[in-house]
Amino acid sequence: MTGIVAQNALLVSLAVVVFGMVIIPLGVQRKRTGWIELGYAAVYTNFLLVSVAVVAMIYALVTHDFSISYVAQVGSRETPLFYTVISLWGALEGSILFWAWVLSLYASAAVWINRRRPGNLVPYAGATFMAISLFFAIMLVGPANPFLAVSPVPLDGPGPNPLLQNHILMAVHPPLLYLGYVGMSVPFAFAAGAMLSGEVTSDDWTHITRRWTLASWGFLSAAIIAGMWWSYEVLGWGGYWAWDPVENASFLPWLTATAYLHSVMVQQRRGMLRLWNLNLVVGTFVLTILGTFLTRSGILSSVHAFTTGPIGYYFLSFIVVVLVSTLALVWGNSERLRTTGQLDSAASRETVLLLNNLFLTAFMFTVLIGTLYPLVAEALRGVKVSVGRPFFDRMTLPMIVALLFLMGVGPALPWRSASRAEVRAKLLPPVAGALLFTAVALIAGARDVYAVLAFCFVGYSAVANLREYWNGMQRRRAAHGEGWGTALARGVGRRQYGGYIAHMGVLLVALGITASSTFRREREATLKPGETLTVAGQTVRLKEVWGRQEVQRSVIGATMEVMKNGAVVGVIEPRMNFYPTSDQPVPTPEVRSTIAGDLYVNLMAFEPQGKNATVKVIIEPLTPWIWFGGGVVVLGAIVSILPTVPPRRSEKVAFAAPPPPPPVVAVPRQAEA
Amino acid sequence: MTRRRWAIVAILILGGTFAWLLYGGLDKNVVFFLTPKELLAKGTASYEVPIRLGGQVKPSSVKWDAKTLDLRFVITDGSGEIAVSEKGAPPQMFRDGIGVVVEGRYGRDGIFQATNLMVKHSNEYRAPKPGQQPHEMYKTLIKGSTS
Repeated sequence: MTGIVAQNALLVSLAVVVFGMVIIPLGVQRKRTGWIELGYAAVYTNFLLVSVAVVAMIYALVTHDFSISYVAQVGSRETPLFYTVISLWGALEGSILFWAWVLSLYASAAVWINRRRPGNLVPYAGATFMAISLFFAIMLVGPANPFLAVSPVPLDGPGPNPLLQNHILMAVHPPLLYLGYVGMSVPFAFAAGAMLSGEVTSDDWTHITRRWTLASWGFLSAAIIAGMWWSYEVLGWGGYWAWDPVENASFLPWLTATAYLHSVMVQQRRGMLRLWNLNLVVGTFVLTILGTFLTRSGILSSVHAFTTGPIGYYFLSFIVVVLVSTLALVWGNSERLRTTGQLDSAASRETVLLLNNLFLTAFMFTVLIGTLYPLVAEALRGVKVSVGRPFFDRMTLPMIVALLFLMGVGPALPWRSASRAEVRAKLLPPVAGALLFTAVALIAGARDVYAVLAFCFVGYSAVANLREYWNGMQRRRAAHGEGWGTALARGVGRRQYGGYIAHMGVLLVALGITASSTFRREREATLKPGETLTVAGQTVRLKEVWGRQEVQRSVIGATMEVMKNGAVVGVIEPRMNFYPTSDQPVPTPEVRSTIAGDLYVNLMAFEPQGKNATVKVIIEPLTPWIWFGGGVVVLGAIVSILPTVPPRRSEKVAFAAPPPPPPVVAVPRQAEA
Repeated sequence: MTRRRWAIVAILILGGTFAWLLYGGLDKNVVFFLTPKELLAKGTASYEVPIRLGGQVKPSSVKWDAKTLDLRFVITDGSGEIAVSEKGAPPQMFRDGIGVVVEGRYGRDGIFQATNLMVKHSNEYRAPKPGQQPHEMYKTLIKGSTS
C-alpha cells in the first residue's frame, strides 16, 4: 500500500516536472504570466509529491515493511529506531530520494521568495530547477526506484551497513552534505536563468543567490568537518583525512565554491571575472553531481562494478548534458560577458583574490586528477593503481601554505590600489604573529618545512584578520561613539566580518591539522590486566577485557585506567562492535579530549578468553581545535548571511556625514610609486 | 588586445607548468595494486617501490608474537606466494584464507615489509558462518549470550 502510494506520487512528480520545465519557457516566450505562474505551481507541487514519497519511505522503514525493496535492503527488526530512520540515506536509492527531496525544497523556497521579481531571470531559474529535478525523477521511477515490490516478502532484513550505525555523527554528516551539495544548484539555476534570459550583465543573479550560496557553503563546510570527525571516531586509525575518493568527492565542490565566494566580490565591486564566476558556479554544480556519482555508483571499488548497473551511465549522461548545455549557454553569452573593470595595481585586494582563485582552482584540479586517475588507468590500461597521500601531500601542501598566507594578506589590502606606506602599515605588524608561531613550532620540535611554514602563516593570518576586526570596531566606536558591545554586535553584522570569522575558523582547522599530524605520537602493545603503556608521558593501564550482548550487536571492550602521577584520573573504554551481518568488527575507539589535545585509544585485538588485549594509544595535540574551528567557519557563514543590523535613528545623522567613501577614481600609479 | 594576448600567454605558461607538475607527481607517486603472481613477474623492477599487494592469507602461515608485535604470514593468489612481515597487531578477524591488502615495499630479501594491513572490504554483507559468530567465538567473555 505504502509502496503504491509512493510510486504513484513519484510518477506524478515526473509528469509535473516535465510540465513545469516546458510551460515556463513557453510562458516567457508568449508573454503569458499565467503560464509562468502554472510553472511555479509545478515547482511547489513537485516538493509536495516528493515529500509524500519521503514520508512513505520513513513510514515503511519504521514499520519494517519488507515488501518494499529499499527496506528489504537496509532494514532490520533489530536496528534501533534512530538508525532505522537515518538509513533513509544509507544506500543508493534512498540517498537519491533524499537528494530529490532536498532539491525540491530548495527549488520551491528559492522560487517562492523571488517570485515577484520582474524580468525573466526567475522563470528561467525555475525551469532550470525543473530540468535538474527531471534527472532525479527519472532515476526514482527507473533505475533507482526504492519502492519496488519484493516477493516473497522477507521476514527480516540485513540492516544498514555496520559502519553507518555505529556512531551518531552518521546522522549529521549525510544531511549536511546533501544540504550543501544540493544547495549549490541554487546559484547554478539562477546563473543558468541569467544566461537564458540575457540578464547576465546585471550581476543580479549573484545578489539573489548570495545567501543561498553562503548557506550551502556553510553546510558543505560543516559536512566535511563532520565527516572527518566521524572517520576519526569510527575508523580507529586516529586520523581524519586520508585523501580517500569519498572524502575528495565532498572536498572538490567546496574548493570551487570557496573560490566563487571570493571572486564574486571582485565581480560585484569591480565588474571583472563575470565569465570566470559563471564557470565556477557551473563547475561547482557539476562537481556535486560527480561526487554523488563517485560515491554512489560503485565505480570506486572497481570500474567493472560500475558497468554492471545502469546507474553509472545515467549519471555520466547527466554530467555530459549539463556540461554541454551550459558551455553552449556561456558561449552564446560570451559577447555580453565583457569585463568592465580592470586591475589597477598589483598591491590590491583584487590581486590577492585572483591568486586565491588560481590556487583554489589548481587545488581542485589536483584533487580531481588524483581521484580520477586510478579509474582512468583501470579503464584504459587495465592496471589497478592507487594515488595516495604522497601525491596529494606533495602537490597540495605548497598550495595550502600559500593560501594560508593569502588569507592574511587579502583582508589587509584595500580594493583598487594601496600606497607603499599603506602596504607597510598593514602587512608588517602581523609578522609578529608569524615569528611567534614559528618560534613555538620550532621549540616544540617541528622540523618539516611545510609544517613550520603552516604554523608561520597561521600566525601571520590570525593576527592580520584579528587586526582588521579590531580596527573596524575601533572605527565604529570613534565614528558613532558606540560602546564595545554595540560596536562588536554591529561589526559582527557586517558581511566582511563574517568572512574574517570564517578565516579564523579555517586557521584554527589548519592549526589543529598541522599540530596533530606533526606532533602525533603512537604506540601499540599487548597488555595483560594490570600492565601499563606510556606514550608521550601519558600512561594507561589495562583493567579488564569484557564482553556484552546488546540488542543488535555483540560488544567486546577493554576497560583502561588513565593514570597521572601514579593515581587513576579516569577510565577509557575502547570497544569492538560485532554486527551479525558483517564478518568484520567495527572498531570503536574512545577519545578523551582536553583543550591541549586528545588521548585516543583503540582496541586492536584481544585474546578470546580475555587474558590480554592489544591496544593502540595515540596522543594527538590540538585535534579538538579542528572540530571547534569547523564551528567557527560555520559561524562566519551565519554572520555573513544575517542582515546588517540597521543603525538607530539618531545614528543615521552620523551617517549623513559618512567617512570618506572608497575612492571611485583610480589613483594614478605614479603617485604611489 | 595586447593585454588579452598577454593574459593568454600567462595562462598557457601557468597551465603548462601545472600540468607538468601534476604529471611528475603522478608518475612518481602512483602505487600499483598487484597480486603475488604479478609482483613476482615484475622481477627486479618490483624491489623497494611502494606497492599494494592483495591476495589471501595462506592457511597456517600466520605467526604472531604478541610481545614484540611481530606479524608474519604468506599472501597467495593460488599461483604465487609472497612472505609478508609487519609490525603491529593483526585485525581481530584476521585468519587463514581471508582476503587482505598490504601496503609496503618488497625487499631484496624476498620479504614484503608491510606498513599497513587491511582486511579486504566487501560492500556486500556476508553473515559470518555458524561458529564464527562473536557470541560463539568469545563465549567466556560474553555472558548471557543466546546460543
